[in-house]
Amino acid sequence: MPKSDNLAISVRNLGKSYTIYHNATKHNTIAEALVHRLRHPTETLEKETFWALQDVSFDIPAGQVVGIIGRNGAGKSTLLKLLSRITEPTTGEIDLYGRVGSLLEVGTGFHPELTGRENIFLNGAILGMTRREIDHSFDDIVAFSGTERFLDTPVKRYSSGMYVRLAFAVAAHLNPEILIVDEVLAVGDMDFQKKCIGKMDEVARSGRTVLVVSHSMSVINSRCQSGILLDKGRIKIQGDIQDVVNVYLEQLYERDSQPLSALRFTGVPDLGKQIRFTALELVSEDQKTLRFGEDIVIDITVESDINQNDLTFSPDIWDQFGVCVGRCFSAERFSLRAGEQRTFRFSICEPNLAPGSYSIGIGVGTGGFETARRDFDLIVGRPSFDVLSFGQGDFSISSWESNWGRMVFRKTALEPLSSE
Amino acid sequence: MSVVSEQAGELAANRTKYHRTIRPATRWISLNLPEVWHYRDLLLTLAQRDVRLRYRQTALGALWVVLQPLIAAGIFTFVFQKVAGLSGNGIPYFALAFTGQVAWMAFSSTLSKSASSLVGNASLVSKVFFPRLVLPLSTVPSTALDFTVGFVVITVLMMVYGIVPFWGILTLPVWFLLIVMLSLGIGLICASAMVRYRDVGYIVPVALQMLLYASPIGYSLQQMESRLGETFIPVYLLLNPLAALVEAFRWSLFHTENVPWFYVGYAAIVSVVVLTVGAMAFRQQERKFADVI
Repeated sequence: MPKSDNLAISVRNLGKSYTIYHNATKHNTIAEALVHRLRHPTETLEKETFWALQDVSFDIPAGQVVGIIGRNGAGKSTLLKLLSRITEPTTGEIDLYGRVGSLLEVGTGFHPELTGRENIFLNGAILGMTRREIDHSFDDIVAFSGTERFLDTPVKRYSSGMYVRLAFAVAAHLNPEILIVDEVLAVGDMDFQKKCIGKMDEVARSGRTVLVVSHSMSVINSRCQSGILLDKGRIKIQGDIQDVVNVYLEQLYERDSQPLSALRFTGVPDLGKQIRFTALELVSEDQKTLRFGEDIVIDITVESDINQNDLTFSPDIWDQFGVCVGRCFSAERFSLRAGEQRTFRFSICEPNLAPGSYSIGIGVGTGGFETARRDFDLIVGRPSFDVLSFGQGDFSISSWESNWGRMVFRKTALEPLSSE
Repeated sequence: MSVVSEQAGELAANRTKYHRTIRPATRWISLNLPEVWHYRDLLLTLAQRDVRLRYRQTALGALWVVLQPLIAAGIFTFVFQKVAGLSGNGIPYFALAFTGQVAWMAFSSTLSKSASSLVGNASLVSKVFFPRLVLPLSTVPSTALDFTVGFVVITVLMMVYGIVPFWGILTLPVWFLLIVMLSLGIGLICASAMVRYRDVGYIVPVALQMLLYASPIGYSLQQMESRLGETFIPVYLLLNPLAALVEAFRWSLFHTENVPWFYVGYAAIVSVVVLTVGAMAFRQQERKFADVI
């Protein structure tokens, strides 16, 4: 047990459960609920308790920057909501030593009709600052955001960059002992991101505690001393940030061992009923990395229960933040007979993908040109792969900043139009 | 060097000062008013936001605060006095209708705004912590502002009609406060119910519409009594505490006679009880808001 006089956060056996009702249609109106009750007076609802977070215990000493990582649905948001008191825990205890400022989404409570100046006061108050504190740091906030000239313009006329800068500026001038930051660094231009990271460092140096949730391993790796990896609502590993990040990255690759049906898109009914993917594999030396500029080649196996002509594949590529980078349709059409299984090799040639982690979502279906697209099956997240950093001679620079986008324009030309 | 150690000292002090333990809620609910007080700046800022936004992009702007009750009172005067032939019992009918309307607006705007305050601020509720009571409470200042403007118009009307105020006018804030307490209490219950069932959002306006005509807003209680008989009135006043409060409100301005004081006392008690129950129910539900909203 660390000494309590140096603790910032102490969490013991924390759990949060939600009740999910099965077979019962969800009642959004009182009338529906009443009618249902009257018709089925004896029915006991089939309840299932879903633990979004379970048996979580950790101690964070004051003055640390701690990264919280995990896949979507691992319980990160729930943990942050509990720490910032937005929801109450079902079990366990949290001890917070100091005020908590949470930044779960920049610009929460910003009102588009209000001016920048008015929004600074509104947002500050929402985040828990007193009027005096806001008055005190008003000039700093404005300077930090760089929106001096637009202070009396309604923020609905702001560009999205200005909007985010102003919002972050307010939050950055909160002075809580514990600061919770959720993925805010994914926005804004590079100058501004540097400012934000600088501010985070400053907060940590002054002896305050920062909790960061991010999908960007470069931010986590460079800023945090320790980390917590959540998986399915439990702590998988905690401790030194390097160890935690390594386990997380291994976990990411594990996804490739899941059955394909687990990756089937759930938003469209009846996917995989008539035609389905049975294998999707990246063709490369180790099946998970590609050199920069290397063709993306996938072997696709599909089987069909019906006779279907005019089929095409429609792969799209997603980056690690869940942003779709691009999409294509196979130009060639093919047919499947009932009971047939066929394998195709699909290539995306000379891709301009920047170094980073990607995954592919792929559909098989008809149409999309003159008629509406109809997909028979959609798989999301297979295969996933990393594009390695530039090799020598690939490009005129050696590294790629995460906020330069996902596309490298490789063929450029520069010629002098006038002589010296 | 000393600045650094000073900061560190303050930090350590704050760590102890603001230490708090979060546990699953027990059955015991407290209103936790000190925490609401701590967030008073937020309350005022939200109230300020509402006032600022209300008449933005309107041509007549703040003039609507005055125009709305004037128009409504004009309609009441036309319908009830000219068409239905009711009398104002010695008070100019328009003044009677206008005071009724000012009291009514305090009631109805508090109720409808506080009822929708949680759902209307869903993004705040699910993203930031603050005592949720701040949201419905923050609707009160703008209502108070409207009321003050209404009161100014009333004094102008009194001058126009040559009505001399008496000491009762000093009790006016009491009636305003009781009306707001009653409607805020109902509003709190509606607000927590609306998080789960959006139906409430449709019921409230209809219920308000009915209550408007079922209360002595466009007419006086005396007119009701003379038409429906004396036996009806006690039951009516028990069922509709707002009626007695509106009558007391009118009394404080016009020194009207036959105020049902017993029922005014009853209504005052009901207001306090409804507000307390409403606040308790709200606190009880509060912890689930972020999960359901």
